[in-house]
Amino acid sequence: MTIAAPSPSPEAPLGGRAAHDVEIVDVTKRFGSVVAVDRMNLRIANGAFYSFLGPSGCGKTTTLRMIAGFEQPTSGEIMLAGQPVAGIPPYRRNVNTVFQHYALFPHMDVIQNVGYGLRQRNVGRTEELERAGRALELVRLTGYEHRRTWELSGGQQQRVALARALVNQPTVLLLDEPLGALDLKLRKEMQLELKALQQEVGITFVYVTHDQEEALTMSDVIIVMNEGRILQEGSPTELYERPVDTFVANFIGVSNPIKGKVTAFDAATHRAEIESAGGLRIAGVVTDRAARPAAGTEVTVAVRPERLRVDAAGTPEPEGSGWVSVPGRIEQGTYLGEQTEYRIATDVVGELIVRRQNAAGAAQHVGPGDAVVVRWQEEANLVLVD
Amino acid sequence: MSAPALAGESAVGRLASAPRRPQLDRGGIAVEVWLRVQASLVYAFLYLPIAIVVVFSFNANSLATIWTGFSVNWYPTALANSVVQNALANSFIVAIPNAILATLFGTMAALGLQRVPRRVRIVFDAVTYVSIIIPEIVIALATLVLYATGFGFIEDTFGIKLRFGHVTIIAAHMLFNTSLVLLLVRARLSGMDRTLVEASADLFATPWRTFRQITFPQLLPGIMAGFLLAFTFSFDDYVITTFTSGPGSSTLPLWVFGQVKRSVSPETNAVATIMLLFTLAMLFVGQFLLLRNSRRTQGRGGAGMAGMIAEQR
Repeated sequence: MTIAAPSPSPEAPLGGRAAHDVEIVDVTKRFGSVVAVDRMNLRIANGAFYSFLGPSGCGKTTTLRMIAGFEQPTSGEIMLAGQPVAGIPPYRRNVNTVFQHYALFPHMDVIQNVGYGLRQRNVGRTEELERAGRALELVRLTGYEHRRTWELSGGQQQRVALARALVNQPTVLLLDEPLGALDLKLRKEMQLELKALQQEVGITFVYVTHDQEEALTMSDVIIVMNEGRILQEGSPTELYERPVDTFVANFIGVSNPIKGKVTAFDAATHRAEIESAGGLRIAGVVTDRAARPAAGTEVTVAVRPERLRVDAAGTPEPEGSGWVSVPGRIEQGTYLGEQTEYRIATDVVGELIVRRQNAAGAAQHVGPGDAVVVRWQEEANLVLVD
Repeated sequence: MSAPALAGESAVGRLASAPRRPQLDRGGIAVEVWLRVQASLVYAFLYLPIAIVVVFSFNANSLATIWTGFSVNWYPTALANSVVQNALANSFIVAIPNAILATLFGTMAALGLQRVPRRVRIVFDAVTYVSIIIPEIVIALATLVLYATGFGFIEDTFGIKLRFGHVTIIAAHMLFNTSLVLLLVRARLSGMDRTLVEASADLFATPWRTFRQITFPQLLPGIMAGFLLAFTFSFDDYVITTFTSGPGSSTLPLWVFGQVKRSVSPETNAVATIMLLFTLAMLFVGQFLLLRNSRRTQGRGGAGMAGMIAEQR
């Protein structure tokens, strides 16, 4: 598929490719007294799948709309393919959007919708039809050219919206929660399809979502936002394994928070020793590379539920060093199919949530009321300084 | 009405407990029958006079109220009557430019109001509604007073003598017809998905091309409905037209009313029937346009023109 071959054609007014498709330099956006985006700095590398992830109202959609040109930054600058775009209206930006509710033109059939952008650029009827046809092929909708858009299913409408945007070979494709209206199964399918499509066409995708799982599945880079600010930027693995603060740790996946105070911090290894409120002494790496917590600093140690293991009380400690053991009692066990989730009450660190795979030959069965020991290895401790 | 109303209570009670197929007792059946009779009477009251007009337009007798036999002769007679021809011509001369101008101005106003700050828009909305709600006779009188004093002033100042005629009728009709179109198009605009406009801009269309290719086609059913309504309202208006017409500009409704003052002839009935058919045809065309487009535009419009009129009036 050559649909996105980066060719310096006359319809790409911004010319050759800069190192970064999108650069956001110190951008602030205010709506009245509300700060939607607060001094944002970001560079979006070419050809990657980026996701803005955050709760509603965190400024992710506003950022997307500023890139598209529907909103102008209050201050700061946005560069597309190395060129500042302040004051350039959406119709003169080489950026296309897939809207949340698709926004397909109801009075046009599928192929007219897909060819719309090309028609505005006067590419000529033959080329328009040929390229629109190829775009439909790309989204596997060949044969649907003359259908009315309202006759299509949600997933098909979604693909028409994608084809309509991709056919223009934009510098960046913006996607504003496009899967939100689909049911769960279809959403899962479309996630994988979108990812495959992005790799096939090589166009930079900037995706907005509030669904962490969606972001984890598709993205090369996730940008976690809250209250108009970027909290963390990184690969899905980085974000899950090394969240910089409690917000990120709780927004991406689930974690068990253990509150405590720093007793010692080693700047060389970035390791901190912590005494929890319940008197548990644990140690772990401070995830925020910039942080230098002094002794006495309040921190949260987060541990992922799947890193914890549940042993019946009295089971000897496993081999190896660095095990943390906390005695407790099972309050509740919820069978989730491939996993079982336990809620365990402990005296030292309060309630812990543990997830255990229901694999063949899994450890002995434990049930509500049983006295257990929750164990995890020190490397699972994520020390979060807020 | 009191006895059936009492019986109705038991029927209502049964309806509530068994909503699917109520087994009615005798009282319930009586209520049911009475309601049907009543409904039939209401419709008869509404449509029987019209039916009589239509039927008697085919009366062979020249006295409208005495049926002597079937004849279609009154239609050619009416259409051959030069006074009727003039009146019909006047009706079109008034209604067509009126509908075109009202549609143009109403649509432009609707588009303009969309971009105006909310506070200003509310004021204009109120003014628009008021112009529709004000009794026609008041508008007619006010317009007449305005014309009379205005023409007098112009004659005194510039020495130009203006007369009542087609133009004065058109201008007076445009007052409420523009408001009507404005409301119909506004309803369409506010029901329209605004992201379509953004999507169009996102796909490189300039604001003008977006208007031409997206906004206008989306509004077209509303604009067409507005045009047809403006046309029919102007075509059959009597009150404002009498106040603002001049010599030689009498429209068909004025002619009909003039005839009725003497005696109703089958010729008048024939003219009334023609007007009725013409107006109904326009309504059907409008209804068809709205229904055909309601699915495309996804918004309201399922009830067609009747729904839009009901919404506005």
